[in-house]
Amino acid sequence: MSIILAHNLSKFYPVAVKEPGIKGTLSHFFRRTYRQIKAVRDVSFEINPGEVVGFLGPNGAGKTTTLKMLTGLVHPTSGNVRVAGYVPFRRQEEFLRKVTLVMGQKQQLLWDLPAMDSLKINAAVYGISDHEFMLRVGELTEMLSLEGKLNQAVRKLSLGERMKAELLAALLHRPQVLFLDEPTLGLDVNAQVGVRDFLRQYNQRYQATVLLTSHYMADITALCERVIMIHQGALMYDGSLDGLLERFAPYREVHVELAHQISKEKLKFYGDVKTVEGRSACFIVEQEKLTRTVSRILSDLEVVDLTVNEPPVEEVIGRVFQAGVV
Amino acid sequence: MKKVRTFLWVYYAYMVEYRAELILWVLAGSLPIILMGVWTQAAQGGQFGLSPADFARYFITVFIVRQFTVVWVVWEFEREVVEGKLSPRLLQPIDPVWHHVTSHVSERAARMPFSIFLVALFFILYPQAFWIPSWSQFLLFTLSILLAFALRFIIQYTFAMLAFWTERASSVESFWFLFYLFLSGMIAPLEVFPEPVRVAVLCTPFPYLIDFPVSLLIGLPTDIGRGFSMTIGWTLLFLGLNRILWRQGLKRYSGMGA
Repeated sequence: MSIILAHNLSKFYPVAVKEPGIKGTLSHFFRRTYRQIKAVRDVSFEINPGEVVGFLGPNGAGKTTTLKMLTGLVHPTSGNVRVAGYVPFRRQEEFLRKVTLVMGQKQQLLWDLPAMDSLKINAAVYGISDHEFMLRVGELTEMLSLEGKLNQAVRKLSLGERMKAELLAALLHRPQVLFLDEPTLGLDVNAQVGVRDFLRQYNQRYQATVLLTSHYMADITALCERVIMIHQGALMYDGSLDGLLERFAPYREVHVELAHQISKEKLKFYGDVKTVEGRSACFIVEQEKLTRTVSRILSDLEVVDLTVNEPPVEEVIGRVFQAGVV
Repeated sequence: MKKVRTFLWVYYAYMVEYRAELILWVLAGSLPIILMGVWTQAAQGGQFGLSPADFARYFITVFIVRQFTVVWVVWEFEREVVEGKLSPRLLQPIDPVWHHVTSHVSERAARMPFSIFLVALFFILYPQAFWIPSWSQFLLFTLSILLAFALRFIIQYTFAMLAFWTERASSVESFWFLFYLFLSGMIAPLEVFPEPVRVAVLCTPFPYLIDFPVSLLIGLPTDIGRGFSMTIGWTLLFLGLNRILWRQGLKRYSGMGA
């Protein structure tokens, strides 16, 4: 029984078009012309309770719009959505208590007050008792390593601390379904790892379902076994992360360190040369030719060191989006 | 109940964060004091049926009423809609209006000490104007001030709903404020208006925002029953309009991409 269900989900909305210059401004004032933006087209997927799913796509692919439809902020133009058994855009109280949406760029904490005050407001909104409130704040503070930070004005917190405090506020009511839109945006590597560890822990402890968008592939590889990829509003891929790599990256990178410098022209004989720097070179080799190529390199050239890597996920995804078709 | 208490406390803390700004806002409300100077001077001539002391009392009470009924929800709401900050609020199981209501109420409490100080200072400087209202006057005044705040808030929150359609809902409020300024009794007591104008103005919501509560406290002749029923009637009317616009607006907001 899936907890998130999207069936043929579409969202089109009108955007006013304005020509530049005075003429454009005047005609914009008197008669606006609109263009239909097809933000999401016929997207279908199901997510089971407890799954952590990465939601991938370049900027403007329709990720945020989809998340907003799943949380009920945006009314779908067509299609069906069910989250935890509810129709999101009806915004029933029982539904709102079960979900949360964290947007990396939008804050709910009151800027000039300590985060604790915003948390108290949330506790009041969700009717959490004082005792339960202290327990939950204590637990989440520890999981997020935010000890001592909640009594400082939010504006005085670092970006990473603020994001963690946002997460704390968004999870105080222990939602079952978490929609996270770029939760690590702009954070440094340490803070990213902190947020990631926390999400993994939260998912395991409460069997929460997580749908996560991120531009940092490390977030996705660390947390998600399954990814859903959309491009220009349409679903491109839904399956395991490994499967995505198999399907879109049937090649490996072979790094070689040679005893002597060899020109790029000569190296080309063994495969696609990605880079040559002094005595080291990197080849892109199709997977089925891998063994043959490696053994030829080893027998023909004087090799000091040789490693075979999977290409970085970013690159793979980048290639997929550039190609644009599956 | 606990919700209300927590909201009030947190927003009180929020308002107190801006002490300096708050004092400036209190001082910015001193237009009635300036007008008092003008009118008491004019009343020396004695053609108005109100004595200089009456005018002084009138305008110091206008100042007090204004302190209790200042509303800025349209600017806050407009910002929330334009910047998309309304979205997270919509995901909480509580109507977002309660954030605004409680922050306004808390702000009253935060500005109270400064307002009381200014009123006390005024009576020290101008003891002739001092008077002690009767208990019944005071109670009616308190009730009318609460209703005046409710009415002013609801009207402005209704304009705020226009933020769903236009990015500058506050300009509607600025236009409305012009009428509010002249017809509410802020610039001149309704007593001195020509009779036909006064009768017409009494059918609008404006005098119930300032002139009516003021008249109750200083004992100017006023129709108490009519005053309260008009206040409540206008409040209900705007409340209905507000809820319709809220529902339509939300549909539009979600249609445009929240």
